Amino acid sequence: LPGPGEMATRRSTDEMRERVVLGEFGVRNVHSTDFPGNYPGYDDAWDQQRFEEEFRVDVVGEEDGVLEFDMVGIDAAIANAFRRILLAEVPTMAVEKVFVYNNTSIVQDEILAHRLGLIPIRADPRLFEYRNQGDEEGTEIDTLQFQLKIKCSRNPQAAKESSDPNELYFNHKVYSKHMTWVPLGNQTDLFPDADFRPVHDDILIALLRPGQEIDVLMHCVKGIGKDHAKFSPVATASYRLLPDITLLQPIEDEAAETLQKCFSPGVIEIQNIKGKKVARVANARLDTFGREVFRHEGLKNLVRLARVRNHYIFSVESTGILPPDVLVSEAIKILMGKCQRFLNELDAVPME
Amino acid sequence: VQADGTDGSCVTFVLHDEDHTLGNSLRYMVMKNPDVQFCGYCITHPSESKINFRIQTRGSLPAVEPFRKGLTDLMGVCQHVLNTFEVRLLPEELGSV
Repeated sequence: LPGPGEMATRRSTDEMRERVVLGEFGVRNVHSTDFPGNYPGYDDAWDQQRFEEEFRVDVVGEEDGVLEFDMVGIDAAIANAFRRILLAEVPTMAVEKVFVYNNTSIVQDEILAHRLGLIPIRADPRLFEYRNQGDEEGTEIDTLQFQLKIKCSRNPQAAKESSDPNELYFNHKVYSKHMTWVPLGNQTDLFPDADFRPVHDDILIALLRPGQEIDVLMHCVKGIGKDHAKFSPVATASYRLLPDITLLQPIEDEAAETLQKCFSPGVIEIQNIKGKKVARVANARLDTFGREVFRHEGLKNLVRLARVRNHYIFSVESTGILPPDVLVSEAIKILMGKCQRFLNELDAVPME
Repeated sequence: VQADGTDGSCVTFVLHDEDHTLGNSLRYMVMKNPDVQFCGYCITHPSESKINFRIQTRGSLPAVEPFRKGLTDLMGVCQHVLNTFEVRLLPEELGSV
């Protein structure tokens, strides 16, 4: 049986392996060190079965297009790979080419084209192919065509003294709802129930005054965020590690009150035990780790702030093109696709 | 993929059109292999999208083996993550319906 000294060392190596500790002036144990051979007595070689036993996903909730879920038992390298793929490599459809037939508004052609490109288009990118390299025309399997044709005119019925543009002019605000889908080729047969339009109807594109008009034709293609940020399917995708707050000694009375104020609301709970107020860590997950605790001399040595190294709280917010759970599945499939590509290359080229 | 080395146990692979996304996760999977003495990757220049991925093995094991195993293990991880994630989503949908 390990003696007390050995138990202490084992605990401290466990801490080094499993927690990222936030000290007063710096962060310790940042890198994952659980590789075979680093720690005697630990078997760190890759074991798919052990991984499958320890890994779990907990979906916390989805509201307003934001999906929050936990991944436990995975390493930073892979969690980061998923995050990077969500941001930059999941494909979407967005306006790429704008054919300007008439633009007499005060918004310049290129600014208008830039704004149109950034509008998220509700079209499932999995139904389309990438456009071929030199292809300028676009075929029906890789292009979606939209038209924006709008002219501003004066309202003859407006009151003489009114200065409200909503009354005086028709169509003076160009919204994304004015974009209409123009089917190419056999797209009406390919997508009979489809309703391709921008995700949001109320994105203001330009402002017009009487006599000005915009008449453009837009081609949407499939692309990835790496190429241009307009193709990114997420408003943002981020993760944080689960916080872990330990009270090294019991903290009571006034110190307990100060401690509660040091953390986000709901993290520290004060219980009344035998007439004394005792602090307890209620829900460490809510904390955002501003290091207020270190500003109090009396408290800073009684609390250990750490993060659990392999527990990731992901937050994925979609722009509305695809629901966030579909985006995460697609991202995982893309990482598998990358591995498969290199495996195929390895098998195709015999190594001498 | 281009390999270049003296004997089969120390090889630098040049992976085109890749960056930290695959580089770091693959490096982690290959490092978990006890036969690997050294594994690292670097991005030669940020303007070129390619990475140099180096594996050195203990003994005389050809370096292609840990590379292949790392890729297969990473695929296994992704597959399991995907399955677990999709299973977790189902009760959500049923619950809300």
